[in-house]
Amino acid sequence: MPQTLSEKIIAKAAGRPSVEPGEIVTCAVDLAMMHDSSGPRLAGRKLDELGVPVWDTSKLVVITDHYINDDVPDHQRIQKDAAAWVASHGVKHFIKAQGICHVVLPEAGHVKPGLFCVGADSHSVTAGGLGAFMVGIGGTEMTGVLATGEIWIRVPETARIKVTGKLQAGVAAKDVILKLCGDFGVMGFNYQVIEYAGSAIRAMSVDERMTLANMAAELGGKTGIVEPDEKTEAQLSAWGAVGIDIAAWKNDPGATFARTVVLDGDALVPQVAAPSSPENAAPVTDHLGTKLDQAYLGACTGAKLDDLRMAAAVLKGRQIPKGFKFMVAPSSVKIREQAAKEGTLGIIEAAGGVVLATGCGGCIGQGAARLEENAVGISSTNRNFVGRAGPRSSKLYLASPFTVAASAINGAIADPREFL
Amino acid sequence: MSIIKGRAWAYGANIDTDQLAPIGSYQGIDMAAGAKMCLREIDPKFAASVREGDIFVGTDNLGIGSSREQAPTFLKILGIRAVVAKSFARIFYRNCFNIGLPALILADAEKIGMGHELSVDPDAGTVHDLTTGVEFTCQPIPPHLMQIVAAGGLMPYLKERLKAPALDRA
Ligand code: SF4
Repeated sequence: MPQTLSEKIIAKAAGRPSVEPGEIVTCAVDLAMMHDSSGPRLAGRKLDELGVPVWDTSKLVVITDHYINDDVPDHQRIQKDAAAWVASHGVKHFIKAQGICHVVLPEAGHVKPGLFCVGADSHSVTAGGLGAFMVGIGGTEMTGVLATGEIWIRVPETARIKVTGKLQAGVAAKDVILKLCGDFGVMGFNYQVIEYAGSAIRAMSVDERMTLANMAAELGGKTGIVEPDEKTEAQLSAWGAVGIDIAAWKNDPGATFARTVVLDGDALVPQVAAPSSPENAAPVTDHLGTKLDQAYLGACTGAKLDDLRMAAAVLKGRQIPKGFKFMVAPSSVKIREQAAKEGTLGIIEAAGGVVLATGCGGCIGQGAARLEENAVGISSTNRNFVGRAGPRSSKLYLASPFTVAASAINGAIADPREFL
Repeated sequence: MSIIKGRAWAYGANIDTDQLAPIGSYQGIDMAAGAKMCLREIDPKFAASVREGDIFVGTDNLGIGSSREQAPTFLKILGIRAVVAKSFARIFYRNCFNIGLPALILADAEKIGMGHELSVDPDAGTVHDLTTGVEFTCQPIPPHLMQIVAAGGLMPYLKERLKAPALDRA
């Protein structure tokens, strides 16, 4: 039977010629990732309780990104423990405070099309933008993987989202995904693999595809995935991945999709998700002029190199009002360096943006970008649940980097198409 | 598994992991202290009032959001012994079983009101609302998950499995 890309990856990992949706199979894990919150201090400690070693020290990547503020005692302790655990268990890949795990993992050359991967974080699905199958799991489940190298999975159906036509200037992957959240809800694709396809997806950069895969989590998806192509190959090679096989990892002709959704890319307008759920998405024009206290470009979703470039395209030669807080936390150190080198960061700073340290930061209400009591913010992150980015009284709108930058200039929600 | 009897804590739809395990509740070492912050934004009395054997009831999308396992773990620490909902976010659902907390999918979960006395039978997949006298049937728990929860969670399950000779592990 013809298989979808995800089914092919699962079948390979399960050592079977093919699999069918609904079957429960045990898969061998090609790559496991855990960070400083879910990793050594949780899954790692539990592995020690079992008294067995890491199943394969070359297939595990430990990344610190959540608790990297040196002035917070809890963070210091977590960092020290993580480093000690990694050293005592012979883990080959330890990436210390180089950026957010979902961005750093591919950047370090670990992700490739066709790999069956797990990560102890819900946005581990980001790797699907590169043609890998990667799911998020909890800490104890990661312990099971560390001990055995295996995990059970109920083979998910694949839902295909076709974005047709061409996105207009000022419209980005983030608008595609927010529109889907608005149309289908935060559980709209519960347990399905969301495959993004169509001409608008083919035209997107790898960074943009990662944004789509990342927010499959906000649609309830098991994971998100994009068929790899020459762009994927070029980017992965630049990141140092070896042995990339694009041709092998596509949907079989005639593969069955549980559902197909068509989104008209030509007609899509910038979207804004109102507090306190990504599913409260609506055209930006519904919210024009809503007063804001701050704007934030950050997280694994919204501060990759292309995200910073989108913001810079809007900000170039413009000025943010005095007293308005516009903060940018590039997703990784490499991205920050590249953005500085090419002048993107300079444009953002000249407009009045403040560059913060790389890390999860404002996305989870930490550091300078934490929303204050009653504050209203707009951000390029992926979640705006009550209490996530600040106290209960604060409010957060989600939007694309274009829209966040345009809104920073106006100090109120603005349509980026007027600035491009 | 034995029958679980207790009071229902029912807060409706979209209870997410940021509410169950708020920022600041799970970076310390003391899990019991973290558990005291569970649901503080929606019901500050919740954590102090839950009793051993109580049951947490959600409607749509229980546990959406992060993969953080502290969300179901805090419920368990506080005394919750079963979770019932119309639909679950997938990582939260798996996390429940992995920490030894049975999670039951019940289409009629919204019919269970706050404070109702419940009797839950995870093996039979039934929830008896003793306050209204209605008995509900849940979706059966898949056998491989029942094994994990019957062992007390993935850790005790793995301990057993890792003791077995390699050939029997499959
Ligand atoms: S940036 Fe936010 S969404 Fe991304 S890994 Fe960090 S906390 Fe999670």
